[in-house]
Amino acid sequence: MAKRSFLIPGVDKRLLIKDSIKAMPDFTRRRFIAGGASLGALTLLTGCDVVDSSSAETMLAKVSKFNDAVQAFIFNPDALAPTFPESAITKPFPFNAYYDLDDAPDIDGADWKLEVRGLVDNKKSWTLEELYKLPQVNQITRHICVEGWSAIGSWTGTPLRDFLKLIGADTRAKYVWFQCADKDGYNSPLDMRSALHPQTQMTFKYANEILPRAYGFPMKIRVPTKLGFKNPKYVVSMEVTNEYKGGYWEDQGYNSFSGS
Amino acid sequence: MSSLTVSGEQVSATPAKVIQPAWVRVMHWINALAMILMILSGWQIYNASPLFGFSFPREYTLGGWLGGGLLWHFAAMWLLMINGLAYLITGFATGRFRKKLLPITPSGVLHDVRAALTFKLGHDDLAVYNYVQRLLYAGIIVVGVLIVLSGLGMWKPVQLYYLVMLFGDYPTARYVHFICMAAICAFLVIHVLLALLVPKSLRAMIIGR
Repeated sequence: MAKRSFLIPGVDKRLLIKDSIKAMPDFTRRRFIAGGASLGALTLLTGCDVVDSSSAETMLAKVSKFNDAVQAFIFNPDALAPTFPESAITKPFPFNAYYDLDDAPDIDGADWKLEVRGLVDNKKSWTLEELYKLPQVNQITRHICVEGWSAIGSWTGTPLRDFLKLIGADTRAKYVWFQCADKDGYNSPLDMRSALHPQTQMTFKYANEILPRAYGFPMKIRVPTKLGFKNPKYVVSMEVTNEYKGGYWEDQGYNSFSGS
Repeated sequence: MSSLTVSGEQVSATPAKVIQPAWVRVMHWINALAMILMILSGWQIYNASPLFGFSFPREYTLGGWLGGGLLWHFAAMWLLMINGLAYLITGFATGRFRKKLLPITPSGVLHDVRAALTFKLGHDDLAVYNYVQRLLYAGIIVVGVLIVLSGLGMWKPVQLYYLVMLFGDYPTARYVHFICMAAICAFLVIHVLLALLVPKSLRAMIIGR
C-alpha cells in the first residue's frame, strides 16, 4: 500500500504533534489520579469516603439496574418456589418490620377497604367480607429476608392473578404497585410477571387463622418468588400501572426486582 | 513494599524466563480486587443477620449499610464470576492446571508440610510449585467454585433451585457460603504472608519474571 501523508492545509505537522504531546500528559495524569484515588478507596486503606461518593453510587445504581434486567431475564413464570410439609413451619414465625410490633398498623377489619386503581376495568373498592368470599388456596413456603435469615410459613388466600383477572386488569402493564397502612406509607412495586406467578397470593390467613396483626392484617401480598420486603403487609391499595413509582426500601437502594 | 525493588544484578542473574504469563497475572490481580470487594461487602451483609454470635467490625465492611453492601456484592459478583470463569477455562485449556498443580500425592504433601514447618522448604525454582502450594492452590480453586455456586443458589433459590439442592437447602447454602469465605480469608493470610517471605514470587506475579 502506498504511504499516505496526512496534510491539513495551513497546519504544520510538527507543531500539531508538539501541541498534542503537551495536551496529553495532563489528560493521562488526571486519569491516573482519578483512578488511583478510587482504587485507594476501594481497598479502604485510607478510610477515605470515595466509596460513598456520588460516582461510586452512580456506578452501583447502574449495575443494580442491569441486575434487575438479568433477574427479569432468568425469571421463569412457571418455576414454583419449594413447598414444605406442616412440620417444617418455623415456630414462632418472626415478626419483622422497621418498627416495633406496638407500632404496627392496628386496622379495624370492618372499616378497611382495598382500593383498586390504575389500568383496571372495575375500580370498585373491596371490603374484607367480599374478599373473604373469593376462592382461597394454601401454600407452605419459605420467606427469605434480604438480611439473609429465612422462615417457613403457612399462607392462605386468593391467587393475585385470579383477582387481577376478576377486576379486568391490563396484565400487559408493567407493575402492580401496592400501598400499605404502615407509618411512613410503605409501598412497593411488583413487576407484572411476578404478580401473575401462580404462587403470588393475596393472603388473608396465617396457619389457617385470620392473618394476625404481626403478619399484616387484614391483607398481605405473599410473593414466594421474591425477597421478604417485596411482600407488602397491611395493604390498603393496589394500582396497575406502567409507571415505576419506587418503593419504601427500593428508594433507599434495595434492588427493585429482588427475585429469589 | 521496598522488597519489590529489583537490582540490576538480580535481573541479569535471572534468565528472561516468564514464570507467570500475562493472563495469569492480570486475572490474579483482578481476582484479588474482586475477592476483597466481595469479602468486605459480604461482611456488611452478614452483619444484618449474623449466623454466629459475632459481627464483623464496621470499619472492615463495605457499603455503609445492608443496602449498600448488597449493591457492592452484586456488582463485584460479575467481576469475580467473569474473571473466575475466564481463569478456569484458560487454566484447563492451556494445561496450566495439569502442569502446575498435578500430581498432588499425600506423601508429597506430608513431606513438604514437614519441610515448611522446619523452614527447610526451598523456593529455588518459582516455576515449580511444591506440594503445599499445589494443595493450597487447587483447594482454593475448588473453594472458589463452591462459594460462587452457593452464592448463586442463595441469590436465586427459586430460579436456580438445583444449586440450592446441591447443598441441601437454603440455610445450608448460607453456611457453605460462610465457611468458604472463612477458608478464603485463611488462604489469603497464608498466601500474603508467604508472598512477603519470598518477595521474588510477588515480583513474578507483578512483572512475570
